[in-house]
Amino acid sequence: MKTVEDLKRMREQLQSQNRLRHSGGTEIIVGMGTCGIAAGARAVMSAVLEEIAKRKLEDVKVCQTGCIGMCEREVLLDVVRPNEPRVTYGRVTPADVSKIIAEHVVNGRIVEELVVGKIVE
Amino acid sequence: MDHIRAHVLICAGTGCVSSGAKKVEAAFREQLAQKGLDKEIKVVETGCHGFCEMGPLVIVYPEGVFYVRVQEEDVKDIVETHLFKGRIVERLLYKEPMTLEKVPNYSDISFYKKQMRMVLANCGHINPEIIEEYVAEGGYAALGKVLTEMTPESVVDEVKKSGLRGRGGGGFPTGMKWGFTRNAQGTKKYVVCNADEGDPGAFMDRSVLEGDPHRVIEGMAVCGYAIGADEGYIYVRAEYPLAIKRLKVAIQQAEEMGLLGDNIFGSGFNFHIKIKEGAGAFVCGEETALLQSIEGKRGMPRSRPPFPAISGLWGKPTNINNVETFANIPQIINKGGDWYASIGTEKSKGTKVFALTGRINHTGLAEVPMGITMREIIYDIGGGIQNGKKFKAVQIGGPSGGCLPEEMLDLSVDYDSLIQAGAMMGSGGLVVMDETTCMVDVAKFFLNFTQSESCGKCTPCREGTKRMLEILTRITEGQGQEGDIEKLEKLAKNIKATALCGLGQTAPNPVLSTLRYFRHEYEAHIKEKRCPAGACAKLAAYNITEACKGCGLCKKVCPVEAISGEVKGLHVIDQAVCIKCGACMAKCPFKAITKG
Repeated sequence: MKTVEDLKRMREQLQSQNRLRHSGGTEIIVGMGTCGIAAGARAVMSAVLEEIAKRKLEDVKVCQTGCIGMCEREVLLDVVRPNEPRVTYGRVTPADVSKIIAEHVVNGRIVEELVVGKIVE
Repeated sequence: MDHIRAHVLICAGTGCVSSGAKKVEAAFREQLAQKGLDKEIKVVETGCHGFCEMGPLVIVYPEGVFYVRVQEEDVKDIVETHLFKGRIVERLLYKEPMTLEKVPNYSDISFYKKQMRMVLANCGHINPEIIEEYVAEGGYAALGKVLTEMTPESVVDEVKKSGLRGRGGGGFPTGMKWGFTRNAQGTKKYVVCNADEGDPGAFMDRSVLEGDPHRVIEGMAVCGYAIGADEGYIYVRAEYPLAIKRLKVAIQQAEEMGLLGDNIFGSGFNFHIKIKEGAGAFVCGEETALLQSIEGKRGMPRSRPPFPAISGLWGKPTNINNVETFANIPQIINKGGDWYASIGTEKSKGTKVFALTGRINHTGLAEVPMGITMREIIYDIGGGIQNGKKFKAVQIGGPSGGCLPEEMLDLSVDYDSLIQAGAMMGSGGLVVMDETTCMVDVAKFFLNFTQSESCGKCTPCREGTKRMLEILTRITEGQGQEGDIEKLEKLAKNIKATALCGLGQTAPNPVLSTLRYFRHEYEAHIKEKRCPAGACAKLAAYNITEACKGCGLCKKVCPVEAISGEVKGLHVIDQAVCIKCGACMAKCPFKAITKG
């Protein structure tokens, strides 16, 4: 490291590394109840992680949740962008993941045909 | 590259390591690999979170769930239930002692709520052995700022403006100290970091060095630039092997990155840091003795002036500050002296880290803003007294400090209020005592400590503390005489006035402050040959009351056969034989045995 600019550049590159430990950012929540897992939630989760890695998205957190009682619509996947309502997608397959991420997570356009409901807090 | 979706932070401070954190970490790595989750979940070793009582601690992000007392066998559950399925493992959550409510989130726990973690911001949050994690949190920005945007004079002024005072105990304004060394004659100057933390029950500096060593290194480098020094020493006791190891790793990484060494950031400023391990003599925390020790001589203080700022290490101008003082520097540079001065009280600025120990529910490390009350620290953060006992006193400032009673609990915690109350800030050790503690015994304990740590150079400390200890010992053994209290007071006054260094000058403080607030306990020992707290073994007497049913259990359990009596008849203890072990009292099913 030769200059202060080097330090700044390095910090910017590294910040994403620790971002998980700070609050903020978009959340993607995969339903991992028994029903969700049986419907293939794990494969959806892997697809989400792959897509995020491929697009090098930095400010996205992937969480899981349990059964919310809509088992027949599993795999359920929620997207919460900062200060926006929580949007739930149903019967998500690994093939749908890249569309949800490209449209909703990145560009903020909800993928209407997959939506089950919206939760406004 | 794989996307990491979760971080598992495992505390690897000395406290948690001794309660099994390393095994927990190994179990996590094994379980994650087995489930094929090791590519998406990162395991991070961190420094101390401060909540040592509840270790080993594990925090899972992004949710920020705080698991306590995690053992190897719990790991499988956390991996399967939480990391795989996203369900919190309720049984491992922290429970508030008062409400028994389970608290999943780190920041909602009462222990952390009232804290203001600035110096400790990274402790438990980053891996101290990876410099990149420190840089990611804004590390070394302060060093970059001073080297490229500030003159040494303006750095000294900024520190003066912040109002920061020495965190090692004395409370001398740091900016002024830097100014003295900067203005001292000479081209070769030194920066020394005093990490010779020796107060019984104090572990603030160790935790900072273990949890965030780069912060201290950065603070020292900023100081080096400000005073015109190109070399620094960290004097750390050999009893802190983990702190030493992490410091060595940190220094090496900083050198490799060019953040220490020659021509840092192309500014022409050079700075090198060496570690000097001390053998653990308490007196070496005194600055002149510490310098002697670095030079390879016997650690003994010398009279001042000249102060180290004029003539210190190898006769050169030297600036000595404590670990926590240096750790405060980067944020003062980054956010400005005015920002720092807005926290705290009029004369004590910023925050202070305290080590909570003794009969308190939440043993651990707490950082609070100056001016908070002792009651808030002990009850709101510390969770109150263990086993529902009554609070009696809190010892603050180690062997140089004093004991404060219940009526002083609402005292503002700052340098000047504490001195007025007969205690001192010291380095920040807080030992909490309950009603079963004898205050004469406490004074004896601390005097015994300073007496054995006295270097022996000056007579008041060497002889005076010995005489005081003799008087205290005989008081606790029931041999106290009329006039002993006056003798103690006279000796204390003389030692304070004439001892060479801080160790001697403050050694009588524990006696003076207990005399000030608990004089009646001394009098009870001397006049009535009685220990009100029932702690002094030689003064205790066990007696069997009329409530005795004659079951004979006490007779059976007595190791010296001091108890006699017929079955179903009143039993009696032979005081001449009794060794006051208390076994009979613990065994009696009818609470018929009293101690007094």
